[in-house]
Amino acid sequence: MSPKRIPFQDPDSPSDIEAQVVLPFDKSFEISLKSLKSRFLRNMVTVTSLILAVSFLAYVLIGGDIANGLYNSGDPGLMKILEKSGYEAGGSAKERWIVILSLLVCTVGIINAQLMAVTERFREIGTMKCLGALDSFVLRLFVLEASMQGVTGSLLGAAFGAIIAILIGMLRFGFDAFTMLPWDEAGTSILYAIGVGFGLSLLGVFYPAFIAARMRPIEAMRVEE
Amino acid sequence: MADQHTIVRVTGVKKSFKLGSTDVQALKGVDLEIYAGEYLSIMGPSGSGKSTLFNMIGGLDKPSEGKVYIDEVDIAQLDAFELAWLRNRKIGYIFQTFNLIQVMTALENITLPMIFAGVHNDAAVAKGIELLDLVGLDKRYNHKPQELSGGQQQRVAIARSLANDPAIILADEPTGNLDLSTGEEIIKLMNELSKERGVTIITATHDYKMLNASDRVVWIEDGLVKKIENRDQLNIDVGCIRMA
Repeated sequence: MSPKRIPFQDPDSPSDIEAQVVLPFDKSFEISLKSLKSRFLRNMVTVTSLILAVSFLAYVLIGGDIANGLYNSGDPGLMKILEKSGYEAGGSAKERWIVILSLLVCTVGIINAQLMAVTERFREIGTMKCLGALDSFVLRLFVLEASMQGVTGSLLGAAFGAIIAILIGMLRFGFDAFTMLPWDEAGTSILYAIGVGFGLSLLGVFYPAFIAARMRPIEAMRVEE
Repeated sequence: MADQHTIVRVTGVKKSFKLGSTDVQALKGVDLEIYAGEYLSIMGPSGSGKSTLFNMIGGLDKPSEGKVYIDEVDIAQLDAFELAWLRNRKIGYIFQTFNLIQVMTALENITLPMIFAGVHNDAAVAKGIELLDLVGLDKRYNHKPQELSGGQQQRVAIARSLANDPAIILADEPTGNLDLSTGEEIIKLMNELSKERGVTIITATHDYKMLNASDRVVWIEDGLVKKIENRDQLNIDVGCIRMA
């Protein structure tokens, strides 16, 4: 496909240079990182909610893995302790509901925080559009910011959740909880928790980022705060 | 001014807004030609339709009826990409509230439109420094907007508007948030730039200091062009205002 020509262009000018409107990836990354840093405290609140939800998910998943490991060991002494603590294969229904609820609350929190960020930055977004930014640039900036928050929150959350689950397991069942832990299953659980956390932060930013991208450049002209 | 190139042509532009259940006509049929290289002020009280007309010229708003041509291209026909290109290359914007991006330094603010235009980073930085020098702020390239005074911020904004060598600069009340003497400096700077670089400057204002710098003044009242005056006709008016 030949490069797009703009009606204003001089027919003799090189179209491949003149007709582009771009935002290179490293620049978008730099800008998102700056925006995140400038609102560090508020972003930390959003990330913390993600850490809490993801660590709870990881805690429940790893807790299940530990119990499974102990159960599969076939040691009658351990089986007895397990039964006493009310072990159910696959985790209890109540636990599952609480995890789902906490993830839901976290997503709503992310949407809320991102919507606020969009309304707060209407002038910045409008100005960028006046300088020639396309809708996709704005969308990319918001998605990048959310991804960075998502990666941080999910990694920290999964790590905290796993550590706490293992520590509590060791407290209840002794060192066996650690030695009997099926590491491949635990690894899958951690990856799963990270994936869910990252997915949620992307899900949470989708609607706010769409609103930001559709914002008209005329918003930059608004005088009132 | 007889056979000048017309850079902006506004023909029969009407604009109505829905305000609740009533239709408000902000513009009731405006015809205007703006020539390349002139310094044009659009004057009028608030609510006169001045801002609406100004936004139409800048491609920020679409008329309900009538056409706006920039370089003889009807801007209503442009798609999103072409409009972005127009805003990026053809038009530079200066705002009443400066609108520098708060998280970026002065230099980064100026290079941003060049990055959008696909200019290589080193070239953009070199030109950014040159532009900061032009507006007298070359020592403050690494300052964030909060560390600059209002007048300095507006200078950075002027430098940014020149980043891609636009044909037109649109300035919306550029002195509205500045004190008297700073405002005068900004007007002087814009006037010099328009003379040296041949940029067409269009301002919407109700600052009478603007009149002296303008080549022509368009008075808008009640959605219509009341009169268009050249500078020689103006000086008398300004004199009257000063005496009063």
